[in-house]
Amino acid sequence: MGRLTMRTSPVRMKSRRNPFVDVTYGAETAEYATLVLEPPDRRWASADRLRLVIQLEGVTKHYPRSNRPSVEDFNVFIDKGEFVFFIGPTGAGKSTMIKLLLREEVPDKGKITVGDTDVTRLRRWKVPAYRRSIGCVFQDFRLLPNRTAAENVAFALEVIGKPRSVARRVVPEVLELVGLGGKEHRYPHELSGGEQQRVAVARAFVNRPLLLLADEPTGNLDPDTSIEIMRLLDRISRTGTTILMVTHDSNIVNQMRRRVIEIENGQIVRDQARGVYG
Amino acid sequence: MRAKYVMSEVFLGLWRNISMTVAMIITMAVSLTMLGAGLLLYNQVDVIEEYYQTNLEVVVYLQRDVTEEVTAQIEAELKESPYVETVKYESKEQAYERFKETFKDTPDLVKSVDAEVLPSAFRIKMVDIADAPKLQAEFQDREGVYQVTNQREILQQVFDILGGAQRLTLIVALVQGVAALMLVANTIQVAAYSRRREVAIMKLVGAPNWFVQAPFVLEAVFAGVIGAIFAFATLVAAKFLVIDGQFANLFSLMPPISMQSILLLLPILVGVSAVISAITAWITLRFNIKV
Ligand SMILES: Nc1ncnc2c1ncn2[C@@H]1O[C@H](COP(=O)(O)OP(=O)(O)O)[C@@H](O)[C@H]1O
Ligand SMILES: [Mg+2]
Repeated sequence: MGRLTMRTSPVRMKSRRNPFVDVTYGAETAEYATLVLEPPDRRWASADRLRLVIQLEGVTKHYPRSNRPSVEDFNVFIDKGEFVFFIGPTGAGKSTMIKLLLREEVPDKGKITVGDTDVTRLRRWKVPAYRRSIGCVFQDFRLLPNRTAAENVAFALEVIGKPRSVARRVVPEVLELVGLGGKEHRYPHELSGGEQQRVAVARAFVNRPLLLLADEPTGNLDPDTSIEIMRLLDRISRTGTTILMVTHDSNIVNQMRRRVIEIENGQIVRDQARGVYG
Repeated sequence: MRAKYVMSEVFLGLWRNISMTVAMIITMAVSLTMLGAGLLLYNQVDVIEEYYQTNLEVVVYLQRDVTEEVTAQIEAELKESPYVETVKYESKEQAYERFKETFKDTPDLVKSVDAEVLPSAFRIKMVDIADAPKLQAEFQDREGVYQVTNQREILQQVFDILGGAQRLTLIVALVQGVAALMLVANTIQVAAYSRRREVAIMKLVGAPNWFVQAPFVLEAVFAGVIGAIFAFATLVAAKFLVIDGQFANLFSLMPPISMQSILLLLPILVGVSAVISAITAWITLRFNIKV
């Protein structure tokens, strides 16, 4: 847990000097232009720059009751700290890829490596431990309605056996980090969509995962709120967390200018550094 | 901390689905009561066998007009038989004394029987009571012999009745047990559905499988243990109210069912019920909660 406090504090301090966060944070109207101003910050990741976090080698997934593979011969290599957009039409296979990375599905062919883990060979009983190294955010937030923001985040710690004292210390910190300071004790129905998604991000991030997967995290949010969530994810990315985000939002992709991988009919048709939606 | 969470989820789950919980406990209690009764009967057969084994005799009743000469001959032949251990002669008078002693509680019956009516007999202790039919066959049609009875045959009827009762209780236990386990499976499915959000999140954040499954398995185990305790209470009540109480006379032929053997049932019933409920819950979960 020492690692957690060490990492959060520099981020907070840095935000003062970081024009990206300071200039636009909390602005009434979303200014996509400001997102472009900021080049990807590699200062935090530079030490591990060459370390691959995700390796997909010839990964194919064909659901039994489907007439074509949902994911076909994916070859993707993602570095630590990278921020990658996955785009493509509905049914392209983006969520399937997320499921493969989460080991909710197993590929028919190919090899998936995340960090040091060969996910394709992972034993059933080792899956939970593996998932602790991954944070996950979805379009529908997936919060527990009968728990407050703080309790929702604490739940993720509790169920993996972290003592309550850790939750007491860490949960307010991470809620502060996602900009929910003062709203810890609100229930999901007392929060806006954007705020609920912040809770979900806090929950995904509270264990300091190696990798953050986001499946259309802004899909249910209006453009302004989407921008705020993107700023949050960007800040998290700067802590060295690798982020893999599925999205349909062309504005976000065009403004962020990060690596873009485009999928169509289960195949990768484009993999471009600093790409646009196209 | 986590234990507290698990326990609160267990009781919340049982309470949220209270009608199913009650149905589950009742069917389990009925099934386990029958299982317990079946085990007691099984034990009882052993007890009776042991109780009588050493006392079982073959009795050769003589014809009323048998001569002393023939009687002596028969005695000699019996003593020579390899199946026979000891032979004891019982005269008409002795038979009448024994009869009076046996039925001393019903003097009317004793009065109605003439001392002359009862036959004299040889009471035989066998080397092995299982050989009784051979002895029977040998002496059945001999001159002067009226009848050869094998007490084991009479006891066999008691065993047949007990065996039938035992089979019946075990069938009811099995049928009720299957019903109980279906209710367990159903309860677990309902519980898994009502907790699907929690389960999905727990799996997503990497809660260990045992932890995800624990509340469900413990729900089933809890119901199983309560059912077993009810079954035990029913059996104790049955001993005091039925066997020792109202129908005591009916059961007087049997050696009594000891409190000790009923007490022994408590851990057996609780253990069997808890283990089978847990396994059922766990199997149900494997089909409902994929990793
Ligand atoms: N469980 C499943 N069984 C069968 N086919 C599936 C299943 N999940 C997804 N698919 C199919 O796989 C394809 C890709 O789905 P998905 O990965 O959800 O697409 P996306 O997230 O890009 O919209 C679609 O054609 C979909 O119908
Ligand atoms: Mg999708």
